[in-house]
Amino acid sequence: MFNTIANKFAKKRLLAPIAAAAIGFFPAAHAEDTIKVGVLHSLSGTMAISETTLKDTMLMLIDEQNKKGGLLGKKLEAVVVDPASNWPLFAEKARELLTKDKVAAIFGCWTSVSRKSVLPVIEELNGILFYPVQYEGEESSKNVFYTGAAPNQQAIPAVDYLMNDLGVKRWVLAGTDYVYPRTTNKILEAYLKSKKVAKKDIMINYTPFGHSDWQSIVADIKKFGSTGKKTAVVSTINGDANVPFYKELGNQGVSAENIPVVAFSVGEEELSGIDTKPLVGHLAAWNYFMSVDTTKNAGFIKQWHEYIKNPKRVTNDPMEAHYIGFSMWVKAVEKAGTTDPDAVQKAIIGVESPNLTGGMAKMLPNHHISKPVLIGEIQDDGQFVTVWQTNKLIDGDAWSDYLPESKPIIADWTPPINCGNYNTKTKKCSGQNY
Amino acid sequence: MKLLTLASQDKTCTTVLMALAAVTFIIPLCNLLTPADSPLHFSAYTVSLIGKYLTFALLGMSLDLVWGYCGILALGHGAFFALGGYAMGMYLMRQIGTRGVYGDPLLPDFMVFLNWKELPWYWLGFDHFGFALLMVLLAPGILAFVFGWLAFRSRVTGVYLSIITQALTYALLLAFFRNEMGFGGNNGLTDFKDILGFNIQSEAVRSVLLFLSGFSLIGAFLLCRWIVNTKLGRVVTAIRDQESRVRFLGYRVEMFKLWIFVFAAMLAGVAGALYVPQVGIINPSEFTPLNSLEIVVWVAMGGRGTLYGAIIGAVVVNYGKTVLTGLMPEIWLFTLGAVFIVITLLLPDGIVGLLRRKLQEQHA
Amino acid sequence: MNIPPLTRFHHVLAVLMLVFSLAAHSDPITASQPWLDALNSLKQGSMPEREQAIMQLAEIKDAHNLAILQALLDGRLFTTKTDTKLVIGIDNHQGFDISDAVSGAALGAVDHDALSKINLTNKMRGTLRKIIGELELSADDPAVRLAAVKAMAKEADDRVLDLLRGRADKEADPAVKEAIKVTLLLQDMDSPDKATRIMAIEALKAKNSQEVVNRLNAMVEKDESGEFVEPDEDIRNLAKAALININNRLQLYSSVETVFFGLSLGAVLVLSAIGLAITFGVMGVINMAHGELMMLGAYTTYVMQQLMPNHLGISVLLAIPAAFVISALVGIAIERGIIRFLYGRPLETLLATFGVSLILQQSVRSIFSPLNRSVATPEWMSGSWQINDFLSLTWNRFYILVFCLLVFVLLLQILKRTRLGLEVRAVAQNRKMAKAMGIPTARVDAMTFGLGSGIAGVAGVALSQITNVGPNLGQAYIVDSFMVVVFGGVGNLLGTLVAGFSLGIANKFLEPFAGAVLAKILVLVFIILFIQKRPRGLFPQKGRAADS
Repeated sequence: MFNTIANKFAKKRLLAPIAAAAIGFFPAAHAEDTIKVGVLHSLSGTMAISETTLKDTMLMLIDEQNKKGGLLGKKLEAVVVDPASNWPLFAEKARELLTKDKVAAIFGCWTSVSRKSVLPVIEELNGILFYPVQYEGEESSKNVFYTGAAPNQQAIPAVDYLMNDLGVKRWVLAGTDYVYPRTTNKILEAYLKSKKVAKKDIMINYTPFGHSDWQSIVADIKKFGSTGKKTAVVSTINGDANVPFYKELGNQGVSAENIPVVAFSVGEEELSGIDTKPLVGHLAAWNYFMSVDTTKNAGFIKQWHEYIKNPKRVTNDPMEAHYIGFSMWVKAVEKAGTTDPDAVQKAIIGVESPNLTGGMAKMLPNHHISKPVLIGEIQDDGQFVTVWQTNKLIDGDAWSDYLPESKPIIADWTPPINCGNYNTKTKKCSGQNY
Repeated sequence: MKLLTLASQDKTCTTVLMALAAVTFIIPLCNLLTPADSPLHFSAYTVSLIGKYLTFALLGMSLDLVWGYCGILALGHGAFFALGGYAMGMYLMRQIGTRGVYGDPLLPDFMVFLNWKELPWYWLGFDHFGFALLMVLLAPGILAFVFGWLAFRSRVTGVYLSIITQALTYALLLAFFRNEMGFGGNNGLTDFKDILGFNIQSEAVRSVLLFLSGFSLIGAFLLCRWIVNTKLGRVVTAIRDQESRVRFLGYRVEMFKLWIFVFAAMLAGVAGALYVPQVGIINPSEFTPLNSLEIVVWVAMGGRGTLYGAIIGAVVVNYGKTVLTGLMPEIWLFTLGAVFIVITLLLPDGIVGLLRRKLQEQHA
Repeated sequence: MNIPPLTRFHHVLAVLMLVFSLAAHSDPITASQPWLDALNSLKQGSMPEREQAIMQLAEIKDAHNLAILQALLDGRLFTTKTDTKLVIGIDNHQGFDISDAVSGAALGAVDHDALSKINLTNKMRGTLRKIIGELELSADDPAVRLAAVKAMAKEADDRVLDLLRGRADKEADPAVKEAIKVTLLLQDMDSPDKATRIMAIEALKAKNSQEVVNRLNAMVEKDESGEFVEPDEDIRNLAKAALININNRLQLYSSVETVFFGLSLGAVLVLSAIGLAITFGVMGVINMAHGELMMLGAYTTYVMQQLMPNHLGISVLLAIPAAFVISALVGIAIERGIIRFLYGRPLETLLATFGVSLILQQSVRSIFSPLNRSVATPEWMSGSWQINDFLSLTWNRFYILVFCLLVFVLLLQILKRTRLGLEVRAVAQNRKMAKAMGIPTARVDAMTFGLGSGIAGVAGVALSQITNVGPNLGQAYIVDSFMVVVFGGVGNLLGTLVAGFSLGIANKFLEPFAGAVLAKILVLVFIILFIQKRPRGLFPQKGRAADS
């Protein structure tokens, strides 16, 4: 076997690999009878844990659409690539999807840094990206549609609930040290101050990704919460660090009745990897819970179980975001009659699609969508019970009104503004690449 | 002339050099001269991909210099690459000017966001390209100097050295990850617009960057080749094979090691600086110990102690990664893992060793 | 009848309550209409209505109340899906044995799926605990009484205080008595009589109670207008003195706590490094797959729990030998299949084992999915050992610390006292000489590698109790474990132990000042500098072997 490889190498004088590489790079012959959809989620590396499910969700949705007869009379074809949790690789793979595979739209990314890495490529090549995860806001690109929650669709309602319904007076803002928790906490800090919470009643703590030794921090939280005033933890702790965090909370005797933790990054999928006993009663704020009892949701869960062939798998918020994003994209393509990015970008604004939890999500001019906000308590079966929800859908706000530097900024991708970063005071559009 | 005769001693080596030269000159030329729809025109994807491979090859070669010739298995070589990258990234950030999200003329977006009022002192000067270039060499150089001076003087060798280089890159990873450090935290530096006033995404700039990467690689290759063939190089090789004997002969072993280590670190820094504008992002994940391990793997795969082997290894592994993560993402790690085992067990001299054997058989 | 003791006790109590309510109201205890209404809204109402219903139930004295409320709090109150009847269920592993909540009549066994649970919110749980607390103040079990007192102390109104005063005289258990006393003394601090207040503060000075600290702190604070909250200066000074007294003790407890945190972090480091100390230290093999062998151990724990879902405690204990065997077998396979061809080329073992680690990671991802797996913590390992209000040690960390020491001692004994240990040491010191003496070096190598890998597997079992069980588990610990081995001195088990614990403690003492990340960076920089000073670690290997 090695002989043959070596022979080839020798014969072609080592130019072979380079030549082969060059051939590989020319765009493949474009099949006209299918519409390609790119799926850009990490299947290996640290983020695979969250993103693999989204890849499966996309394959299921595309499969279903094909069963319904495809789109514009053509079959949809999923192009799955693995950016391997490597941020520069996200950009490279996005470029590959857009130039080599010529996909009509990309569904992908999870972390903020992966989105930031992909952003220049998508904008340069005028692609379409549907980003399904709750994020920090402060961004609105012509080419990106944010189907996850903006801070005003998750964090602020959760804090309102804690303040008004549970009477929380002291706040621990604990997060992983990256841009989403930093922004969320900054917004929350400003918001709490506007609600007359004193500085000494707010404790902010950042830890690195995958932090596993929470002993000291939980002890600090316990001390902070033992002053007699009702205390709550607002957690933007990401992914892997959550399991040891909750275990430590449980073991040190911090129960949800004393110090409730409201999390923005812990959903059904994360809970399925945790022994939930010590977590019962802790809270999470999302726009979707698997436990919400609607026919749409029941149908979605059934479809998911059939597709994945495992009745124990759970559904979660980012999956719903992809579900909404995909159906909006399909509607927009049908409306525009083409997959041309410019036409789709124009057609999709105002498109409505049902939420799984009831109501219609609408694509807003700032490329965010309207969503209900639900607050749930964790139960011992790893599901949430909705204890509170907004009575109407909340519109996603790209630029937070609670931060002084982004207060005057709005995003509006309809004429005459047509800008993702428009300063209403100076009437100027900035930060655009085109 | 002498350089060329040196190089031509090895047939494979010549082939690699020629291929490199071809890539370096032909692709940018084609792209600058032909219209976008011509079959001779390479897509932006191809150009930036090849550019990236070339910078990886430079990085791999710099590691081969310390590992293959000096016997120092540095498991933190990626740190120097990343430092060079950050130096370039800082220049590119300063070039954004008022085009950032918040439109601040002085501060990058992430600093505005952290409510910083002024530029930290270590960001000063990075608006000048020349200064940035200097730092691309100095930042990794100084770190390598301090680290190497301490380590080699106290005769830290072998696995101990490998492990503490890993500790070094791990500590830097954690440090750069902190938002308070002022390097953009986990998101790092991104959203670059211009380089020397030219749009960084334009095709011409891409072609030029590819040319520069190839050119630096060839230049560095010839330079390294020259170094290993000078007296200094021979002493270094001797240190690799019998350190104490060389010491007893009266050579100051630590000085030779230090020299090579610092030089290789600077080369890695250059590679990083060329890498960043082509991929458009630099963030702390470049410091992960795993990345540095991967560089070692490229060198081992290509064949260490040959310089051009590292080039072949870097290109082959990364090309494999590109293809496999596209074709069969789920089994990419299986393949990569199996390749490592097979290479170490069956091909201890890497691809170059295999080729040499084949060539010898042909001659015989 | 298969009723757990606690429930049986509740039945007894229910009867007592019945007598009590008869005496108090002399109403006939047929299910009254308001009671049924309350149950109905408990069953069908929205969350706020449910909350109302609980309050209503507490008002109406009914015989079944306690059983129902306790079942509600424990998550054992259900409605049947077929006829929406309110039932109390007892888990019998296959399903539930249910009884009618209203009549108490047994209704036989049903499947898990046949019932839907009545869900609660935190607020309701708090209310329930308080109501049940009042009913349980005279329970037989002192632990139940203590919990009841604590639950009641949170919102001590006059009625509660009367109840507590009444209980104080009858109470025999010292802990419960103490808790009641502190609650009452705290109340005395608000007394209009100055002498009572002074006495209360003097008495509370010696107590280790967070409540006391909070109250005292509140006394010495100034309000918004700059006036002291407490107008009486004598009391204020007394409170200040008491606070200083308590804070001194607090300081001591917090140092003890930090040392414990450090030791337990150290225990994790030692456990993850000690297997490496053998393969890396004794054999000179850089095993990059070491982390993945730990991961295998953690997954073994998961599989064991899946195999015997009803015996959590035993499954974790059984997982220890199982993980050892599995990881050891994989280790031996790696040694026989790959490493034995690479002796004398230590750096190449690094590459090959790196390949192995990638393959193991991806295999686990393919078999178990990339998602984290949930490993439950047995009852005896959850919670903490509450020494007083200021100091508590978590059980899981405590057991891991003990486990770590056990593994260490056992390993030391194996190396010191067994034939294998002798051979391992001989080969480690001088391979050629050992071979010449007739030691089967190949077999010893395989066994040593198996031993080191097996211990990695055992470490994985411990890790499964404190962190994620997922494909990335190994990567998270590999760099740290190498640091520990190098810092301690390669080839020296004692060095690994000392290194692990000292790094753990240093980390934990730095953390309050520097934060988690900076503390870790400082420790790493320290190791780098330390190695410059002592290139062979804390306990360098001596003799001829050291130079090879």
